[in-house]
Amino acid sequence: MAKVIEGLYYSESHEYVRVEGNIGYVGITDFAQDQLGNVVYVDMPEVDDEVTAGEDFGAVESVKAASDLISPVSGTVVEINEALEEQPELINQDAFANWIIKVELADPEELKGLMDAATYETHCK
Amino acid sequence: MSDKRTCLYGKHVELGAKIVPFGGFEMPLQYTDITDEHNAVRHACGVFDVSHMGEVLVWGKDAERFVQYIFTNDIAGAPAGKIFYGMMLHENGGTVDDLLVYKVADDRFFLVINAANIDKDYAWITQQAEQFDVHTENQSEHYGQLAVQGPKAEEVCETVLDLRCKDLEFYHFTTIEKDGETLIVSRTGYTGEDGFEIYGTHDYICRAWDRLMQSGAAKPCGLGCRDTLRFEVGLPLYGDELSDEITPLEAGLGIFVKLDKPEFVGKEALVAQKAAGLSRKIVGIELTGRAIPRHGYEVVDAEEERAVGTVTTGYNAISTGKSVCMALVDIAHAKLGTPIRVRIHKRLQEGVVVKKRFYEKNYKK
Repeated sequence: MAKVIEGLYYSESHEYVRVEGNIGYVGITDFAQDQLGNVVYVDMPEVDDEVTAGEDFGAVESVKAASDLISPVSGTVVEINEALEEQPELINQDAFANWIIKVELADPEELKGLMDAATYETHCK
Repeated sequence: MSDKRTCLYGKHVELGAKIVPFGGFEMPLQYTDITDEHNAVRHACGVFDVSHMGEVLVWGKDAERFVQYIFTNDIAGAPAGKIFYGMMLHENGGTVDDLLVYKVADDRFFLVINAANIDKDYAWITQQAEQFDVHTENQSEHYGQLAVQGPKAEEVCETVLDLRCKDLEFYHFTTIEKDGETLIVSRTGYTGEDGFEIYGTHDYICRAWDRLMQSGAAKPCGLGCRDTLRFEVGLPLYGDELSDEITPLEAGLGIFVKLDKPEFVGKEALVAQKAAGLSRKIVGIELTGRAIPRHGYEVVDAEEERAVGTVTTGYNAISTGKSVCMALVDIAHAKLGTPIRVRIHKRLQEGVVVKKRFYEKNYKK
């Protein structure tokens, strides 16, 4: 059974946001990494790139396929998780600890459109 | 029309395989993990269900002359038991299919063709056969097929399947009486490793599969790693590196095209193409970073930002860890060492043209 963590915001396309102040840590959920299988490459934007809620900002790739990453929030990328460049498999080891991008939130109101842990758990069934 | 299933379909489902459509069949993509299955074939032994492949028997007075006429390689004077790789071509030089020709006897040949092309090929073959005194039979529904591949394949076939195959030479076959039927066993494959392909009835193929599973000596391997394995050693896949629009010369497969043969369908077009010089060619590209080039991605030149080709197959190669691809590019950019780029997720990734063999073959010859 895939892990779900309380207190995070979840999207229908299986990304999560962990919010600290005006910063959102965006990654893919444990459910998503399990569905995808071994991650061999993570395509990430660059620092200072703008991301828009509902639009793709990169991809997570298994041997066979690339899956788009859809941003759950809008804002400016302030940091990318550089560890994933050399060790993309960290996402399989712990998807929630290994966020992909850190976003300065442009509109915290957007979070209201996302799911809480309980709703997301139902969404995965 | 719904996809067909091979005789082993139920066993794939029982093993928990992820099933995908391929060439008109519902086939296993992977049982556990593509990387594990790939490594099993490189370092030990894997078994593939390749029952989806098509088989056509050609026999009769004109059989050899007919096969010479539809096939690019030269089978003249070959001993029975020898196998040839080559192509069937359209008049314009585009590829109908790539195939193996097994010489059974002077007047009898067994053709192994791609699953996705069975109907197209058989229609084309029978049309060409009208001018010859030959019989053809599409036996694709009759045969199941296993590919046992890897450095331990010989040991596994000898001990688990009790098939006397250790003296079989590369690209040769033999027939073996087993369980009351006649199997065809060849030292061939599509992985760059030593291995065997076994053709038999659905009943035999199911029993052989069960024996291999019970023994634990051969890992069940899906089409996912079949593709990563053939790709790393630069073997073409029809639909990627070859097609109705791509000639074998463009695909870099000229050694399987014998232009000195008196005649074969498509010969004139290829002679003309060779004389005029190729305008495009399949090359290998190695990228600097880890971004993964995939089928259909755009290849761009190094200086301007001009599209000069298309990726045909690409991976982060399992055996080397490098991001590499085969691509069909304009001839001006096909020379080894040419800097070149691939557009991956909107960004241009730097690379260089290399040989399209990314990993050395390990055949037993």
